[in-house]
Amino acid sequence: MKNVLLIAGKEIQECLRNRWVVAMTLLLAALALSLTFLGSAPTGNVGTAALDVVIVSLSSLTIFVVPLVALLISHDAIVGEMERGTMLLLLSYPVSRIQVLLGKFLGHLAVLSFATILGYGAAAVALVVSGAAITGGSWIAFASMILTSILLGAVFVAIGYLISAIVRERATAAGIAIGIWLLLVVLFDMALLGALVVDQGKTISSSILSALLLFNPTDIYRLFNLAGGENVSVLSNMSGIAEAANLGPLVLLSALIAWVLVPLTLAGFSFSRREL
Amino acid sequence: MTAIVELEHVAKRYGAITALHDVSFKLESGETVALIGHNGAGKTTLFKLMLGLSRPSSGNIRVLGDEPAAGEFAARRRLGYLPESVSFHATLTGREVLSFYSRLKGEPTAKIDDLLARVGLTAAADRQVRTYSKGMRQRLGLIQALFGDPLLLLLDEPTTGLDPALRLEFYEIVQELQHKGATIVLSSHALTELEERARRIVILNRGHVVANGSIEHLRRIAGLPTRIRVTVASGQAQRLSTLVGPVPNWREINGHLVEFDAAPSAKIDLIRRATDKGGPAEDVTIVQPTLDDLYAHFLRNHGEAP
Repeated sequence: MKNVLLIAGKEIQECLRNRWVVAMTLLLAALALSLTFLGSAPTGNVGTAALDVVIVSLSSLTIFVVPLVALLISHDAIVGEMERGTMLLLLSYPVSRIQVLLGKFLGHLAVLSFATILGYGAAAVALVVSGAAITGGSWIAFASMILTSILLGAVFVAIGYLISAIVRERATAAGIAIGIWLLLVVLFDMALLGALVVDQGKTISSSILSALLLFNPTDIYRLFNLAGGENVSVLSNMSGIAEAANLGPLVLLSALIAWVLVPLTLAGFSFSRREL
Repeated sequence: MTAIVELEHVAKRYGAITALHDVSFKLESGETVALIGHNGAGKTTLFKLMLGLSRPSSGNIRVLGDEPAAGEFAARRRLGYLPESVSFHATLTGREVLSFYSRLKGEPTAKIDDLLARVGLTAAADRQVRTYSKGMRQRLGLIQALFGDPLLLLLDEPTTGLDPALRLEFYEIVQELQHKGATIVLSSHALTELEERARRIVILNRGHVVANGSIEHLRRIAGLPTRIRVTVASGQAQRLSTLVGPVPNWREINGHLVEFDAAPSAKIDLIRRATDKGGPAEDVTIVQPTLDDLYAHFLRNHGEAP
């Protein structure tokens, strides 16, 4: 465990040094703040709680940005260190490869959490300062949005490690990472939508649909945050899907955690077998 | 004595390429061994196998009681490794790199300042490693290899990039470790440096161990001639020639200096006759075959009959 923490610490130190932490926090804060102030214009301030509007717009944004950032920091975690030659020395030390992987994961997760909490927190602080009334329910929804955003990040960090553990070259890892991002963030939903339109509800039942949605971590995240809270789901027009998908928050959360554990385990297995 | 490293019939194949063929040897506690061979002879592969960074295709390896191929790594606490052209996490400073690695080995970080001073890196210690020159990185690499009071040191081309003064400092450090009883494996291209330091030489050629033994032992089995150089009084070369009789590679360099080869078995006899009382000899120099010569010899022979 001590080794894991040491490696996590070194990873955080490196992320601070090459300004990943600053860049990520600023990016998320800038996006969150602009959505907070611009986003409230169309809805006005009638009847809807300000923070709920922010949750809807921020979680839609998270689906695009957080996986991208997570893949950016994770895709060269293993193959990059091998190419630069630093892995050779590290693995000659009394550490297991699993410890190296977990240490990196912990470090990257800490960086991601820091950026998300600070960046998105800035939006909430801005709302409070501007004098918006926020209910307790909205706060809970906001907190769980931040938590699941970090979890979504963890999913893509794990996927990035898996890519990094398998491929031989950094460039390949980057290519595959972009491909995975496109597939899960853009293409999957488009394909699903297309299939639903063509099918006209003949073969794809609601249970098949909910199973299909579990195959994409970004959809799990979307269902959790946009269909979860009562206010939010009305705002996001997701209440229909939420009823059809029939997936409780606990199922969604477990599915998201499984999406972290499975790629991480596979990455650990592949990294352990790898020869330098 | 206990075997620190033991290799039994180790082979390593990468696809169709065989990097190591049936390598067996034992390293005893306190030995200093030179591993020599040209690029691609299998030196680095051998190091990686001993560290468990890659697994042998067949055969067994034991290092400090561990089986690295099975993923055992406890013994690496007492093992120092300096890879060929070592690299570090570029955005960290020299001191940060060292404190990270020393903590990984469970060492107090207090020693770092002394070690930095010893290799002359104190001024650069708080600069990022990416600004370091090759020699500075090599020095940093040397320091990290000394963490954990190593029982076994694996040094892959350790002196490349070091200037002569640092090279001496490096060998001084190695000698201290020798005195403490550490087993040291050195690989290098600078064969003359190794000649004086290593008690045993292992020559690798295209993945085969072609020679293994002390330099005296290798000289004996190689049977390479010793070059004998005699200084004679002016115009006495002819007299010397009649004294020693017909010898291979007789060469008169100038009126004063004569050189010839002596096979190991005839060496003593020839020297005796050349320096006979009342003879023309004024001085005699004996040039033993160097490690370079031995290396060339074993490679050549191996090439003929693999």
